[in-house]
Amino acid sequence: MNAFTRYMSTAAIGLALALPGAATYAKTPANMLVIAQRIDDMITLDPAESYELSSGDLTRNVYDKLVAFDPADLKAGYKPSLATKWDVSKDGKTITFTIRKDVKFHSGNAVTPEAVAWSLQRAVILNKTPSFILTQFGFTKDNVKDMIKVVGDDQVSITTDKQYATSFVLNCLTATVASIVDEKLLMSHDKDGDMGNAWLKTNDAGSGPYKLVTWKPNDSYVLQAADGYWGKAPAMKRVVVRHVQESSTQRLMLEKGDIDIARNLNPEDVAGIKDDKGLKVHTELKGTLMYLSFGQQNETLAKPGVTEALKYLVDYKGMVNSFLKGQWQIHQSFLPATFLGAIDDNPYHLDEAKAKKMLADAGVKDVTLHIGVRDQQDRLEIAQSLQNTFGKAGITVKLDVGTGKQVLTKYRARSLDMYLGTWGPDYPDPQTNAGTYAWNPTNTMEAKLTGSLAWRNSWDAGKFNKMVDEAVVEPDRAKRAKMYEDMQREWMKVAPFAILFQKIEQDGVAKDVQHFNVGGAITAASYYQVTK
Amino acid sequence: MTSVPDTKGPGRQTPALVAFLKKMAFSLGSILVTMLGLLFVTFVIGRVMPLDPVLAVIGEQASKATYDATYHAMGLDKPILVQFLYYLNDVIHGNFGVSTLTSHPVIDDIRRVFPATLELATLGTIIGIVVGVPLGVLAAVKRGSWIDQLARVVALVGYSMPIFWLGLVGLLVFYGILGWVGGPGRVSVFYDGMVPNVTGMILIDASLAGDWDVFWDAMSHIILPASILGYYSLAYISRMTRSFMLEQLSAEYITTARVKGMSERAVIWRHAFGNIGVQLITVIALSYANLLEGSVLTEIIFSWPGIGQYITNALLSADMNAVMGGTIVVGLVFVLLNVFSDLLYRFLDPRAS
Amino acid sequence: MSVTGETPQMSWRDWLLTDTPASRRHARAASFYKGWLRFRTNSLAMVGLGILVLLLLIAAFAPWLAPHDPIAQDLGKRLLPLGTPGHLLGTDSLGRDILSRLIFGARVTLYIVVLVALVAPIVGLLMGTIAGYAGGWTDTVLMRITDIFLAFPRLVLALAFVAALGAGIENAVLAISLTAWPPYARIARAETLTIRNSDYISAVRLQGARPMRIITRHIWPLCISSLIVRVTLDMAGIILAAAGLGFLGLGAQPPMPEWGAMISDGRRFILDHWWVATMPGLAIFVVSLGFNLLGDGLRDVLDPKAEK
Repeated sequence: MNAFTRYMSTAAIGLALALPGAATYAKTPANMLVIAQRIDDMITLDPAESYELSSGDLTRNVYDKLVAFDPADLKAGYKPSLATKWDVSKDGKTITFTIRKDVKFHSGNAVTPEAVAWSLQRAVILNKTPSFILTQFGFTKDNVKDMIKVVGDDQVSITTDKQYATSFVLNCLTATVASIVDEKLLMSHDKDGDMGNAWLKTNDAGSGPYKLVTWKPNDSYVLQAADGYWGKAPAMKRVVVRHVQESSTQRLMLEKGDIDIARNLNPEDVAGIKDDKGLKVHTELKGTLMYLSFGQQNETLAKPGVTEALKYLVDYKGMVNSFLKGQWQIHQSFLPATFLGAIDDNPYHLDEAKAKKMLADAGVKDVTLHIGVRDQQDRLEIAQSLQNTFGKAGITVKLDVGTGKQVLTKYRARSLDMYLGTWGPDYPDPQTNAGTYAWNPTNTMEAKLTGSLAWRNSWDAGKFNKMVDEAVVEPDRAKRAKMYEDMQREWMKVAPFAILFQKIEQDGVAKDVQHFNVGGAITAASYYQVTK
Repeated sequence: MTSVPDTKGPGRQTPALVAFLKKMAFSLGSILVTMLGLLFVTFVIGRVMPLDPVLAVIGEQASKATYDATYHAMGLDKPILVQFLYYLNDVIHGNFGVSTLTSHPVIDDIRRVFPATLELATLGTIIGIVVGVPLGVLAAVKRGSWIDQLARVVALVGYSMPIFWLGLVGLLVFYGILGWVGGPGRVSVFYDGMVPNVTGMILIDASLAGDWDVFWDAMSHIILPASILGYYSLAYISRMTRSFMLEQLSAEYITTARVKGMSERAVIWRHAFGNIGVQLITVIALSYANLLEGSVLTEIIFSWPGIGQYITNALLSADMNAVMGGTIVVGLVFVLLNVFSDLLYRFLDPRAS
Repeated sequence: MSVTGETPQMSWRDWLLTDTPASRRHARAASFYKGWLRFRTNSLAMVGLGILVLLLLIAAFAPWLAPHDPIAQDLGKRLLPLGTPGHLLGTDSLGRDILSRLIFGARVTLYIVVLVALVAPIVGLLMGTIAGYAGGWTDTVLMRITDIFLAFPRLVLALAFVAALGAGIENAVLAISLTAWPPYARIARAETLTIRNSDYISAVRLQGARPMRIITRHIWPLCISSLIVRVTLDMAGIILAAAGLGFLGLGAQPPMPEWGAMISDGRRFILDHWWVATMPGLAIFVVSLGFNLLGDGLRDVLDPKAEK
C-alpha cells in the first residue's frame, strides 16, 4: 500500500505540473485495473441474496466456492476450489467434499468445514431469491442441518433428496449463492437472527482473491488484492469499476487511456475502436437469450398455428446484420450455445408470404397486440423492427414501454399480450432454462409460479413437464444431452416463445491488458488472472 | 437604518421584536406545513404507482414465497395512511429507512450524493453570477447597443439549448478532441478516495487536506459540467439583472444624481446596482435552488453521482424510501432558500418592513 | 370590409391608428395594431415570430413536405450521412429518413406546446385569481398547495406522474403542466390583489355581479397579458422538458418522431454519426429560440413596466 501511495503521488505531481493549463492524462497504473461498466443494477453484495449481473462479477472475485471455473479454461467445467476433492456415495445421493486446509478469510478467520457447511445452510435458511438453486435438491429450513453437515475433521457432506446427475449438483455449487462466507464474522454482525444479512449487503466476508474496499452504489466499487490468498496472487493489486452509463462516454474514456476496459460499448462504438492501435475488442459468447413470448391468455395468440406464424415475421437476419451487429447472434432454442444439450437449429426466418398464409388459415386478421418492452435502446429497436414486420402481415403492434420494473410487474401479473425480454441462466446446467421455459405444472392464476416463464405466459407446458422432470435426474451425461436436444426440437414448434438471439459480449480493452475474461455463458467476469 | 432617531427607544422596539418573532413562527409553521404536504404527496404517488416495490428488492426471478414474505416484511399489507404515519414517525426520529436499491441507509446515501450536487450547483451558480451579473448590467446601461443584443442572444441561446445535447457535444469536444478537461466522474479513478471525506465535496476536502493534486484533478473534472450548468444560470441571471437595472436607471433619483454631476460609474454601480441587490438575491437563490434539485440529465452524461440521478433511479425502481428522503432534502433546501431570500429581503429592503 | 368601402378617404392604417375609436372592437383593434407596430421594430422578435410561423407551416404541410414516410424502416440503409441523395439529413439507426422525421416531429412539438399552453396557465389562473379574490382561508389553503407543488423537485414530480400513468406523450404533457402551473398561480394572485380593490371592480360589484363573473369577465382579461408573456417565455422550457422526458424514454413512444426521443436514439452514435442526434438537437434549439425571441419581444410590448 505504501509503495502504491508513493507511486500515486509521483504520478500526481506530474499531473499537477501539467495543470492548470491543459490537463494531460497518464495511463492507468501498471498494477491497477480500471473498468467502466453499468453497475446500477447492484443492490446487494450478500451472495445468498445477490442475483444481479454486475454483482455476480464482484462476488466471483471476492468469494470462493467449493468448486469453481478456471477463467483460463472455462471449457473444462468446474474444478476443485475450496474443496480439494469429492466422492459420490453408491446411491448417488451424497457427495462428500474434502476442504482445503490453511485457507483464511479476509478477516483472518480460518476457513473451516464448519464455516463451509454453515454458508450453504445459511443460504437455504435465509431463503432469498437465489436460494431455489440449492433448495431444488430438497433442502428446507428444517432439514438442511442434517442434509449438509461436517464429517470428520476436514470434510463436508451434502445429501440430496433423490439421485441427481452429479454434474447438475456441482454446477449449482458454482453459482454465487453457494459462496463460502465467514461464519464468525457474520455472526458478530447478526441482527435479529438475520445471520449477518443486513451487514453483508454492503460488506465483504469472503476468502477470494480480492477484498472489497468500497462500494458506492451507482458510482463505483474498488477491490484490493487480498494478502495471503491461497491461490496465485493477482497481478492487479487494485481493481476499480466505475459506473459509466453511456457507451460513447465509456469509449471516450478508453480512447483517452483513463480506463483499461469498457464493458458496455454498442456495436457502433465497437466498430469505432477497431482501428485504434492501442485497443482491442474482447469477444465472448454469453448465456443470455433475447426472446419474444406470446401470452396464451390472449385469444388470438392462443389459436393454434398463430405463434408459429409470428415466428416467421421476425427479421432475424436484418437485425443481427444491422443494429445488433456483433453483439447478438441468431439462436432459436432455449439452451444457450455451449450448454449441455444445446442445439443450433434455427429453422425460422422472415417469410411474409408463409406467415400471412398461416395467419389466414388460423383465421386471424387485423388484430392489435401490445408488446411490453423496457426502455433500453437495443430492445426498443428490436421492438420497432417487430412492429414493422408484423405490420406487413396486418398485425398492428403497439409498444408498451416502461422501466424494467414497470414492465416486469405487468409481465408477472400475466397482463401482457407479448413480452420482449432477456433471460440469463442461473447456473450452468440445462435444467436452469428447461425448468423455466418448458415447465409449468399448474397453469392457474392462483398458482403464481412467477419464476416460470411458461406460467407468466399462461402456457400449460403439458407433456414437457414430464420431459423436464425426467431429464434432470438422468445420470448418464450423453443420454441426458440427447433428452434435451429432442425436447427443444419439439418445443420450438409449439411453445409460445420465439427465442431470437444469444448475447455476445464485446468489450473494448487496452492492448496491454491480457487474459481478461467475462466468464462466457456459464459464469461471471474474473479479474484475478488479468495481467498488463 | 443607521440613523435611528433617539425617540424610538427600547420601549418601541419590543413590539417590533414580537412582530418579528411572530413572523418567524409563522414562516416556520408554513415550512412545516409545506414539508408535510410534500411528504404526503410523494408518499401517495409512491403507493399508487403501478410499480411493484417488492420486485425492487427481490429481483425478476424470485419465487412466490419469497415475494409474499418480502411483501409482508415491507408492511405493504397495511392501509396507506397507517404506512404514512409509521413513516412519519421514523422520519421524526431521524430514520429515513434503508434504500432497497443500494442496501444503504437513505441518510448515508444522501450524505454521499447531495454534496456532489451541492459542489456542482455552487460552482455553476458562481459562474452564473460572475458572468451573468456584469453582462446584465452592461446590457442595461448600453440598452439597444450591440452589447445589449449580444447579451440577449447569449442568454436566449442558453435558454434554448437542450442540455443533454450540449453536454454530449461539450464532452466530445473538450474532453475527447481537445483534452482540456477531465472526463466523466468527479475525480480520475486513481485519485478516488485519496483525501479524507469531511464535507463530501472533493474540492473542499482536498483543500482541507492540502492535497492540491487531487484538487486540480477534481477541478478538471467539474469545470465542464459546472460551466454548462453555469451557462443556464447566467442566461437567467443576466436577463433578470438587465430588467432590474433598466427599472432603476429610469427612476427619478438616478436622473437627479446625474444632474448633480455624479460620475456615471458611481451612478450605475453605487446607486442603481446597489438598489437591485435585494431582487438579485432572490433571483440567484431561485436559480441556485433549481440547480440543487440536481440536473438529472447533466448528471447522467457526466457520470456525476448526484441527487438528481439518485432520486430518478429510485423513482424508476419504486425505491420509495430513497425517493422520499431525496424529496425531503431537495424540498427543504428549496423552502429554506426561499425563506432565506425572503428574510434578506425584509432585512435589506426598508420598503418591505 | 364595409368600413373601408363606405369611407374611402380613411385607409385601414388610419382607422387602426385613430385616437377616437368608434366601438369597443375598434378600440381593441387599434391598440392591438399599435402594439404590433411597436413589436415590428424589434427585429429579433420578428425573427422569433418567423421561426414559429415556419414551424406552423411545416407542421401543417408535413405530409407534402416530407420526402419519406417518417416511420418506414430500411435496415440496409441505416446511418447514412448528411447529404445522401434522397436523404438530405441522413438516416437513423433503423434506416428512417431524418428529415422526414424532423418534419413530422414538428407536429408533435406543436401538440405538446399547445396542450401545455392550454392546461398550465388556465389552472394557474384559476387558482391564483380565486385565491387572490377570495382572500382569507381560501387564499391560505390554495397558496399552501401552490407552495407544496413549487417546493417539489420539478423533474421528480413529472417523472413520478409519468411513471404513475405510464409513459406516453399525453401523460408527459399532463406531467409538465402539473409542474408548470404554480408560478402562473403566483402571478395571477399578485395581479388580482392589485386589481381587487380598484374602483372599477367595486363598481362592478355594486352592480350586483357575482364573484365568479367578476373573476372571469373582469379580472382574467387583466391578468392575461402578463401571463401570455410568461407562457411564451416558458414554452422553450416546456419543449426542453418534453425533450428531456423523451430522452429518458418517458415521453413520446416509438415510433413517434419526437425530437427529444430522437436525440436519445442518436446519442449512441454521437462519436461516429454525430448528425443523428445533432439534427433534432438543432430543431429543438431553433424552435426554443423562436419562442424565447418572441417572448422577449412580447414582454417589451405587453409588459407596462418594461415600456418605460
